[in-house]
Amino acid sequence: MTATPAAPAPPTTGAPGTLGGRWTQFALRRGGRLLVSLFVLVTASFLMIHLVPGDPVRAALGMTAPTELVEARRHALGLDDPLLTQYLDYLGGLFRGDLGESIQTQLPVGETIGRRLGATVSLGLIAFVLALLIAVPLGVCVAVATRRGRRQRTSLGFASGSVVIGSIPDFLIGVVLVAVFAVGLGWLPVAGREDGAASYVLPVLALAIGPAAMLARIVRVEMISVLESDYIRTARAKRLPARRIHLVHALPNAVTATLTLGGMLLASMVAGTVLVENVFAWPGLGSTIVSSIVTKDYPVVQGTVLVYGVIVLLVNTLVDVALAVLDPRSTVGEA
Amino acid sequence: MRALRTPVGATGAGLLATVLLLAVLAPVAFGDGAAAVDTDNLLAGPSAEHWFGTDNAGRDLFLRVLVATRLSITLALLATAIAVLTGLVLGSLPWLLGPRLGRPVTALVNILVAFPGLLLVLSLATVFGVGARGAVLAIGFAGAPTFARLCQTLIAGIAARDYVAAAEIAGLGRIRILVRHVLPNVAEPLVVNATIGAGSALLAFAGLSFLGLGVQAPAYDWGRLMQDGLAGVYLHPLAALAPGIAVVIAGLAFNLTGEAVAGALGVTPVVGPRAWSVPARSTPARSPAQGEDLVLDVRDLAVAFPGPSAPVTPVRGVSLSLRSGEAVGIVGESGSGKSLTALAIAQLVEEPGRVTGEVTLCGTDLNDGGHHEDLLGTSLAVVFQDPMTSLNPAMRVGPQLAEVSRFHQSLGRRAALARAVDRLRAVRLRDPERAAQAYPFELSGGMRQRAMIGMGLMGTPRLIIADEPTTALDVTVQKQVLALLEDVRREHGTAILLISHDVSVIGEICDRVLVMYAGRIVEEIAAGDLHGDARHPYTRALVAAVPSMSTSRDEPLATIPGQPVDPAALPPGCAYAARCPLATDQCLSEEPALLDGVACWRAGDPLPMEQTKQVSV
Repeated sequence: MTATPAAPAPPTTGAPGTLGGRWTQFALRRGGRLLVSLFVLVTASFLMIHLVPGDPVRAALGMTAPTELVEARRHALGLDDPLLTQYLDYLGGLFRGDLGESIQTQLPVGETIGRRLGATVSLGLIAFVLALLIAVPLGVCVAVATRRGRRQRTSLGFASGSVVIGSIPDFLIGVVLVAVFAVGLGWLPVAGREDGAASYVLPVLALAIGPAAMLARIVRVEMISVLESDYIRTARAKRLPARRIHLVHALPNAVTATLTLGGMLLASMVAGTVLVENVFAWPGLGSTIVSSIVTKDYPVVQGTVLVYGVIVLLVNTLVDVALAVLDPRSTVGEA
Repeated sequence: MRALRTPVGATGAGLLATVLLLAVLAPVAFGDGAAAVDTDNLLAGPSAEHWFGTDNAGRDLFLRVLVATRLSITLALLATAIAVLTGLVLGSLPWLLGPRLGRPVTALVNILVAFPGLLLVLSLATVFGVGARGAVLAIGFAGAPTFARLCQTLIAGIAARDYVAAAEIAGLGRIRILVRHVLPNVAEPLVVNATIGAGSALLAFAGLSFLGLGVQAPAYDWGRLMQDGLAGVYLHPLAALAPGIAVVIAGLAFNLTGEAVAGALGVTPVVGPRAWSVPARSTPARSPAQGEDLVLDVRDLAVAFPGPSAPVTPVRGVSLSLRSGEAVGIVGESGSGKSLTALAIAQLVEEPGRVTGEVTLCGTDLNDGGHHEDLLGTSLAVVFQDPMTSLNPAMRVGPQLAEVSRFHQSLGRRAALARAVDRLRAVRLRDPERAAQAYPFELSGGMRQRAMIGMGLMGTPRLIIADEPTTALDVTVQKQVLALLEDVRREHGTAILLISHDVSVIGEICDRVLVMYAGRIVEEIAAGDLHGDARHPYTRALVAAVPSMSTSRDEPLATIPGQPVDPAALPPGCAYAARCPLATDQCLSEEPALLDGVACWRAGDPLPMEQTKQVSV
């Protein structure tokens, strides 16, 4: 690995040569951060059950449960062991893909999650792609149309509209969609996932509309500031077609900033599935986690939170990698 | 407060006042009505008696939504208070503990911030248990990382200030400094963010209650009402929607108020309605210079921008022409309108700026309404001041040059790139193949400016407009860039319009010099005559301000007294009169026209002693 100089290197010292080094450094640094975050996540999810005041098993099984049963479950969960032993067992289990078993049903948690993960991930992914497909073109068009104080009314309408839509919680959008399209017009199913593509329409929309509005706002603000930059003036001085200036010169520079801010939004979409799934009785992890919290089925909650957390970490890492590809500067000197 | 007078601020504040008022009064006024059971109207739709209909016990939903305001708002505010206080503690720790012990805290906060709030809320709700108390704690602690990050940034900013350092040297303890000096200074942004945060907490609470993890029956907040309503969404959707709308309105009330105040504390210029029209100024039009080799002819060029009351015209009646191979300089202080003149000639002034006058490039009138993109793209090159920011940071250098040929000379991608490498070689960049592959940030400032000039040479430029091309560069690199421009001119007969505030840079390569002041050309002079034969007092002052080898080192450097004129407030007479040692009453009342190469009533008159001494050196 060649060392990457902290300052921009003149190409005479080897631009392509340092390129590889830069990527290695980036991968190491980003990988390191991912590992630390994973460690914190795993530790936190392990500690969750121990932070519950009183005896979690007693709380889960209720006051009337016989003491022998509570003792048996405590033992099965390994709660009798010293904390460190439990932690090591937990880590070992994770490496074997063993997330423990439910206090209520005694089914392996991994199996329950495995059965429901697909429904959640497909919902989140489709919504994410849809949000991008709406937000980026919309933000770019509005930016070009309203920059430098043009079309004040469009600008004001877009700004207030996107704020209002962006601040409507996704589960409320879901309820509105159900009321209009499922109950009122009867076009689409009210709930469930049995009707194939049709059953995806409303949950995906409910999940995507809010983030799309927020993202479009960010895209617009970033585009407008990029369009004022010196290199756009240079591109205009080259007399390139407007489309090329906006899409090739401005957009990639706006997307880098958008991704940085939008990454958080995407991560929150992952969590947003929890609420939306409950509106649409979607058979995914979101329904699982809520019912497990209510029934105090701690191992299931633990496992589900862990899986959600890992998804979030993966999303964040992917965003960073996308940033690095789109904007070569972001791989340098972000110690 | 000023912030609340903006439309957004006023809306937010009005909503917030209503919401808070309802929170206080609704349970008192409507508490009984909301609990009244109407067994004749179970799960009824909207009616005159029950505006939003009734729930499954026949209770009026409209009143229940109003009454729920208090619980919803109280819980959200409690959660926000927990978030802010915990955040404040976590955010102060890195500074209190010092860098070594503080780093793990910072790292942990950074990791927590990256997790979506709802995920933290659900995990904490598991720990604290289902119910209103658990939900307040969960939402409060889940919001803490955001505030911790904010406090940390704010405190780090304050802690770097002198008075904190002074307090530390004075031996005050860190906690005491924190309370006495730091916290009062972070209070303002913290309160603003807490207001916005309360809106988010409100939504989070509604979500949690909606999931059945927050407020439990018989108590009810908006989220709880929504959950009850969802069960009957088939019968009448309003039961689920009405409390949802209340959540959104209350959330917006907090958000808008917070954002309006935040906006007012920062600086956000509001563009209001502005008057339009460029004032007609009669500048004596010069007869258009004819000739085969006339590359650029500009006549009566003016640029106007809308101002608060009347348009501001930073460039007024500029006329100039350049022949093939000629190098002309425009010199003036910053604000004299020289860069804007360059942009206007290059047809790069954007709205809301308005350009009037005639610009003829290589015999083509650029203002005849036709499309001149190919002519401009190939015959005119513009080199900008700052090579650090003038190249696209996300594109490799080669393709940025190649674009010109691809779009204006119809070259293929490969051929265009080959030409780009060739041009980079022509501007004497070492290893042009590698430079073409590099991103701008991998090149030094001088290399980037060479690349910019190379970009201009992709076509066959008849004119290069260079706007302060050397200002951002080191002195040695300046010389090289000027020499490069000089070479291009000699080899290709390209005309050069060089804009600079620096008389010595202009003198180095230019034949003729145009001196600009307050948007006008005040003197036109051969470069060789600058020292000694300049007639306008401003030109003479500019020349005197440049130290030369023979400038006495015992005397202070000559400067021009006073400030350049604000183009929004031009005086009636000569714009330079206020700073001019020769100014008379005529200068103050009448603007001199540009006659015989100079616009001055007292052109060539001897200056008072102390200035002549230095000029004559």
